[in-house]
Amino acid sequence: MASDTSRLGFYLLLAPILLWLVVLIILPHIGLFVVSISEKIGPREYETGFGNYATFFGEPLYWRTFARTAIMSIAATALTLILGFPIAYYIAKLTRGRTKTTLFLMCMIPFWVSELVRTFGWMILLRETGVLSNFLQYLGLVNGPVEMLYNDAAIMVGLVYTSILFMVVPLVTTLDSLDDSLIEAGYDLGGSSAAVMREIVIPHAMPGIVSGCIVVFMLSLGNYLTPILLGGKDSLWFTGMIYTQFITRFNWELGSAFGFLLLALSSLVVFLGLKLSGRSLSETMGRS
Amino acid sequence: MTAPQPDLVCRDLTKTYDAFRAVDHVSFDVPQGSFFSILGPSGCGKTTLLRMIAGFQSPTSGDLLIKGKSMIGVPPNKRPVSMVFQHLALFPTMNIGENVGFGLRQRRVPKAEITSRVGQVLDRVGLPDVSARRVDQLSGGQKQRVAIARCMVLEPDVLLLDEPLGALDLKLREHMKVELKSLQAAFNTTFVYITHDQSEALVMSDNIAVMNNGRFEQIGTPHDVYHAPDTAFVAGFVGDANKFHAKISAVNGSQLTLETPAGEPIKVEAPNPNLSVGQDAVVFLRPEAIALATSDIGDTVNGSRGEVESVLFNGANSTVTVRGGQGDIIKVALPQTGDFGTLRKGDTVFTRWDPKKARCYPAPKG
Amino acid sequence: MIPTVPQPAFAKWCYRAYVVMFFIFLALPLTVVCVFAFNNSVFPALPWKGFTLAWFFGTEAPFIGVFNERAILRSIGTSAFVALWVSGLAVIVGTCNAFLFVRHDFRGKALLYMLMLLPLIIPGVILGISILVFFSSVANALEDTTGLWFDGLRPGLILVILGQFSFITTFATLVISARLQKFDPSLEEAALNLGASKWGAIWQITLPFLLPAIVASAVVSLLMSFENFNTTLMLVGSDAPLTITMFDKLKQGSTPVLNAVSVLLIMISAALGFFSLLFQKMKR
Repeated sequence: MASDTSRLGFYLLLAPILLWLVVLIILPHIGLFVVSISEKIGPREYETGFGNYATFFGEPLYWRTFARTAIMSIAATALTLILGFPIAYYIAKLTRGRTKTTLFLMCMIPFWVSELVRTFGWMILLRETGVLSNFLQYLGLVNGPVEMLYNDAAIMVGLVYTSILFMVVPLVTTLDSLDDSLIEAGYDLGGSSAAVMREIVIPHAMPGIVSGCIVVFMLSLGNYLTPILLGGKDSLWFTGMIYTQFITRFNWELGSAFGFLLLALSSLVVFLGLKLSGRSLSETMGRS
Repeated sequence: MTAPQPDLVCRDLTKTYDAFRAVDHVSFDVPQGSFFSILGPSGCGKTTLLRMIAGFQSPTSGDLLIKGKSMIGVPPNKRPVSMVFQHLALFPTMNIGENVGFGLRQRRVPKAEITSRVGQVLDRVGLPDVSARRVDQLSGGQKQRVAIARCMVLEPDVLLLDEPLGALDLKLREHMKVELKSLQAAFNTTFVYITHDQSEALVMSDNIAVMNNGRFEQIGTPHDVYHAPDTAFVAGFVGDANKFHAKISAVNGSQLTLETPAGEPIKVEAPNPNLSVGQDAVVFLRPEAIALATSDIGDTVNGSRGEVESVLFNGANSTVTVRGGQGDIIKVALPQTGDFGTLRKGDTVFTRWDPKKARCYPAPKG
Repeated sequence: MIPTVPQPAFAKWCYRAYVVMFFIFLALPLTVVCVFAFNNSVFPALPWKGFTLAWFFGTEAPFIGVFNERAILRSIGTSAFVALWVSGLAVIVGTCNAFLFVRHDFRGKALLYMLMLLPLIIPGVILGISILVFFSSVANALEDTTGLWFDGLRPGLILVILGQFSFITTFATLVISARLQKFDPSLEEAALNLGASKWGAIWQITLPFLLPAIVASAVVSLLMSFENFNTTLMLVGSDAPLTITMFDKLKQGSTPVLNAVSVLLIMISAALGFFSLLFQKMKR
């Protein structure tokens, strides 16, 4: 029953999204995969094969860095959840009205400032001549300057700092929707604080926990700035390796394979997270 | 020990927020196994009172005893009371069996025993075989019964109910009133029920406390509260009543003579020692206390002639509003015996009422 | 754990202390960045050597202020250019997408919606390299067949704009769709009923209703584009946007000029945020 003009309108609306998704998302990723399975056998001569992936698994530096990036990202996600949950709970359940809005907006502040600036801030704080080192010397806790930069702990601090907002916001949203009377009912029926947390609050917050964890994990996995700047030259982050292959070594075939492996890992984690929570991607990501 | 100890005792319980006194020196006893209702308009402090009993608010002063033990400073999860919340607060992340078993799990009751006790209590509320269902698969009335079962499985000394029928539709609410009463009788547990709906309170309760502005106006049986209200507020809040202002012109023992602003004399027989000649008073008169006649019955006490203003047919609760000679309007119950089937607007009718059926109180100041 | 459940005072104080510490943790890096922009020292570090504005306005080495640093000023210009393009494109395409997803039902809608969300779960670096690889091979193929040059498809501002646009559009679509969903279509029908044309109704009724969401998504897009690093890093050519320039300088060693730039960035963000807040208030 659609009239010709509304059909035309429909196609006019369909055109930009198709152009966007096909030209900028779908084709580039297909291209990436195609390049990742071509092996250079001579100047401008290629042959299809999984040689680049074989190189990845054959060289311990590569796959160890990959595994290290994944494990550190998981640790950063867990840490962010543990640190962020009490804050989200405090904002959602223990504050009201103006205080609540203010605290919530304060959590958003890091988002308004470039990641580069945030990381730079941590460099000023953590380095040998930095503020914390000076402060510790002033307190007399240490005798000489301490270098707190360029280690895994510094990377962790930076990752948590950068992504905590993406954990707190979905948690506040889900915890806000938990009716206080459910918590009261839990206590009224004899539950202890721990039992109420475990059996009522956390199951209710699960959707927020899952979407927060997915986002934080992805951001950590794909982060480049924080590990390079806070972890130093030997930070061994997988995105750094992709950069090296592409820009320094100009080995795009191997770089593409690396990129595809990273993409596969992050997709796998998103998939597992969604399976675990039994929700669709649209439900989890569609509410920003 | 002559009388058995009451399950719940409140002594001068008071709760003050800044300058506002939500609950003002409330004292009452609830005997074991009785159904006690607290009836009052919204904002009268009944919810605060109930939440103090449950432990979600602490009294500013006064004492609260359950089975003789003071509950001051005892957290809600350590009190032998359970509460049915206004919106029931069934845990949506658990199925029915897990909901009902929640309290038992907190007490570390063995798994097998939990299963059997959950099954038993669900049987008793008439819902066998719903254990595995999700909360949103139940109807409103079933959820209600699950919420009660979830509390009753813990065998509390006192069950608190916070207007649980409010969210149900009218038909189901009527049905649940009867059911709640029979559940209470079956479990023989003390129920404390708060509501703003007088019919719920009247139908179910052994005793009703009528609450207003943080104070108890009257505690009594439904019959007392309806037929012998202690205060003007109770008379106006419980049941339907015609209310008119008058000035007392003579006092003779319990016999009062009053004069309406229009100059009509009325006689009331009300034992109220606070009334004296010249004082402004309010008179409450139930619609069913007024006798209606289509022909003149002569000059009787409190008799008058009027004109039918409107007929409000509502089955057994039908009423007619009558405009008196001075333009005053009174509401009269319309007996459905067929005698008045032909009554129409504008018809002349005669009303009279027994001085003993009316209640008279000092008019509020200002 | 909620106000109506009594808790020991000690636990309450510990909890509050934790929350305070958390907010200190949040504020600390930003505070030091700002403070050291005004330190009269060539390193952004203690000791404090007195207040100066030299890192903003200084002209003599080593105190060359931001406003006299060509490279930084030019990269701010580049960033602004990129951000305006990205934001404009993202809002236009986002609005079209919102109308498509809210107003139309068609086969494959769910699939298209999921594809639209995909850029959210693709790491920025991967988005960057996939576009780099794809456009380079297209350029190679075109150059081989035509013998002409296609510099626009090589790393440079066009690719940076496309790369950022590819994921920022998803955010714009979500924000604008959410608002369009709340629109009561009968308002548009009323306008049609009163004699407006289809376009007239959308232009005069629907778009003004969407305006707060459009402004909000434009502000967020500007900000995300300005801040973007990962995708840009892979696609950048000779004209570097601000984040890339800062990163290069930072790798060489930090100077308080970077603090000064950061302060400017924070001020721009705050101004944008304030503007968007003011606008939302006005609309209400």
